[in-house]
Amino acid sequence: MPLRKKRKDDGKICAHVVIYTRYERFWHWTQAALIFTLAFTGLNIHGAYHVMSMETAVVTHDIAATLLVLLWIFTTFWNFTTGNWRQFLPFLQVHPEDGRFVTGLKIFLNRLWAVIRYYAWGILRGEPHPHKKTLQRKQNPLQALAYLTFMIVIGPALWISGIFYILYDLWNDFAGSQMLFQATVFVHTAAAFAMVAFVIIHVYMTTTGKTPLHYIKGMITGVEEVELSEIEREYLETHMPDMLKDENASC
Amino acid sequence: MKFPDFVVVALGLVLAFAVTGAAGAEEKPETGTDEKGRIETGINEYSNLPDRPHMVSAFTLKELSTTADHSKFKELQGPFNSGPEVTKACLGCHNKAGQQLRDNVHWTWEYTHPVTGQKLGKERLINNFCTNARGNEGMCAQCHAGFGRSSPNYDLDKVENLDCLACHESTGTYYKLPPTRGNEACAVMFEGKKPIQWAKVAQSVRMPGRNNCGMCHFYGGGGDNVKHGDLSSVLFDPPKDVDVHMSRDGANLVCIDCHVGSGHKWAGSRYNMTVGDSGKRPAGAPRTKATCASCHTDSPHSLTSITGIKLNGHVDKVACESCHIPAFARGGVATKIFWDWRTAGRLKDGKGFREEGYIQGNGKPRHTYKSIKGSFKYGENIRPVYRWFNGVMRYTTIDTKIDPTKPVQINYFSGSYDDPKSRIYPFKKMRTFQPYDKGYNTLVYMHLWGDDKDAFWGNYDFARAIARGMKDNGIPYSGQYGFVETWSWWPINHMVAPKEKAVQCEECHTRENGRLEGLDGFYMPGRDRWWWLDLLGWLAIFGAIALVIVHTIARIVMKNAYGASPEGKE
Repeated sequence: MPLRKKRKDDGKICAHVVIYTRYERFWHWTQAALIFTLAFTGLNIHGAYHVMSMETAVVTHDIAATLLVLLWIFTTFWNFTTGNWRQFLPFLQVHPEDGRFVTGLKIFLNRLWAVIRYYAWGILRGEPHPHKKTLQRKQNPLQALAYLTFMIVIGPALWISGIFYILYDLWNDFAGSQMLFQATVFVHTAAAFAMVAFVIIHVYMTTTGKTPLHYIKGMITGVEEVELSEIEREYLETHMPDMLKDENASC
Repeated sequence: MKFPDFVVVALGLVLAFAVTGAAGAEEKPETGTDEKGRIETGINEYSNLPDRPHMVSAFTLKELSTTADHSKFKELQGPFNSGPEVTKACLGCHNKAGQQLRDNVHWTWEYTHPVTGQKLGKERLINNFCTNARGNEGMCAQCHAGFGRSSPNYDLDKVENLDCLACHESTGTYYKLPPTRGNEACAVMFEGKKPIQWAKVAQSVRMPGRNNCGMCHFYGGGGDNVKHGDLSSVLFDPPKDVDVHMSRDGANLVCIDCHVGSGHKWAGSRYNMTVGDSGKRPAGAPRTKATCASCHTDSPHSLTSITGIKLNGHVDKVACESCHIPAFARGGVATKIFWDWRTAGRLKDGKGFREEGYIQGNGKPRHTYKSIKGSFKYGENIRPVYRWFNGVMRYTTIDTKIDPTKPVQINYFSGSYDDPKSRIYPFKKMRTFQPYDKGYNTLVYMHLWGDDKDAFWGNYDFARAIARGMKDNGIPYSGQYGFVETWSWWPINHMVAPKEKAVQCEECHTRENGRLEGLDGFYMPGRDRWWWLDLLGWLAIFGAIALVIVHTIARIVMKNAYGASPEGKE
């Protein structure tokens, strides 16, 4: 691979690397399609509009929900076996010198604030993004926090309440079941609204790259500009040459 | 020139039809006041039915097992001169039938509710149609399963007065005259009826067909479909769209195929209804209930489709009828939905009259005013009213104190989401203004029928009709009458449509004007929501969109101001 290495001051190089594996992309886009379907049919069931019949909406919603739960079971398995789950930890790569949690929290909050400040102000003035993508840290702290919220709050709220909801006919025959049902519906509806709001912001954020379609392209091809250490570069070159696309990127 | 036999026969038939048809046309009364000044009576609408050969040929499931041809029995060769003579012949062989019918509500017109203990039955109740049969048996007992019931003092042990033919004859030519004469002008209504050929009708007996049941039950309330809304003459031969069970293009069932029973006791009481039957019974045991589940089980929908599974999940709360009878009074025959006794008694030239102001689906006019009854409103293809119902029907009876400032519930019931025995059930709601005792706040018995000065049907005087009706029955009467609004509730069970015509999900699961609007105690997706949760949710969504728009504009404006993209600044 004839590469012209563009070394930076800290000895790191910037390269085009496939950071989103094939399964990760499959997960992302399948999940996107299913969530869109669920939101669209769900709001129809909720009575927000009447685009399709209730029967079509419910049947579609049930099928999409089942597929999404299956996808999430697979993905959870995948996340833990590949170690990808670490990507969603907000404290990833936070290494306080004194080893204290409070110090680590401060570091994290500083980094988080830097990203928030960037999106609120820096981006408007043409400042560079404060976070550099690395192999260990594909997402910026705000992103990781948002996805973590998605995966441990909004997602579970939806699928747990959703499973209760879809199986309602199997457990509704005890006194007071109506209370549980209404709690189920409440959580499901509230989480669904949160999900839709999340998706709107999420989709908008994809336009904040170098070009409006830059991030979307990255999620389709899997290729992103990443800062690599020499060790990482050599590891990739030796063991995963297909992942290392080009070392002539600008981070 | 010699004609083949069948041509002669055919010509004869054509001639016969032409003649009878013309005669029929002559008999048909004009609208408005009758020419001869006859007073319109209660149920003339079915005193003139043509013979009904097509209605009597339908087989019944039970018919298949018959082993006897009654026309061959020497006991039935006659001659008979009256109904009781036929009944004696019947009971000569069917020697347990008399005792079986002795306690049957069709004979006693009395019923003690097993749950509420209320004494009910036609002989006691007041309805909001013609109001009371009690005291008016002379007219009403045309639909009594016995002969000569002319007053409440009827010997129920005299079983030779049982009318076997009303329920078992199959010629379609049998009829029963009012047991007593009405007002002079009322007596003409059965003119022109051919005499009953007793032996012929006696030999025709078999298990009851739809013409037997229908001759009374389709005409309850004094005319076709007046009372129930889901029981009309359309069911003699309904198209599949109207009744998938009774249509000859459907299951071609008759009444007793669902209203099963034995020993002259059968299922399907409206006083004590079977609601929420699971349909479960021991293997091989016969059906004993007139419920949908007794044939269709309690999981009637497909178990292999999401829709079917979801629909089966409704069965524990929603009666089958609620979805599968999308509307009642279908097929062209209207039902009465409003009756105003206050306008009764208007006269033209000193005589009663009637008006036909409603043309129903099959083209026939219906009376919207009769001097003897007041004003009516009709409806067809009516969406039922839905209520939680546990099957126990209670009644406002003659001895119930009423509150005349509010509509009086002639019958009422309970049920709720929390009651596992209740289901969401469809009803016809009947509204009426009818007389009541202003002094004692009770409903009243009216003396409507009779060849005397007090009968309302002839003299149009509420004061006398009520005073006499109350006095005859020993009920205290203050002497002052007024009119009170009354409601009655008629469970809708018949006219089950083909499944393609069943009520669709969104007819209930909808925010506006759904069928189940107003039913409470439960959350229904598509209908219900927490308004503030929706508000917060939409604020979140539109807040996000607003943020996106503001941010986008800021990016564009600032990019123009700085003239550089983020990467260019690096």
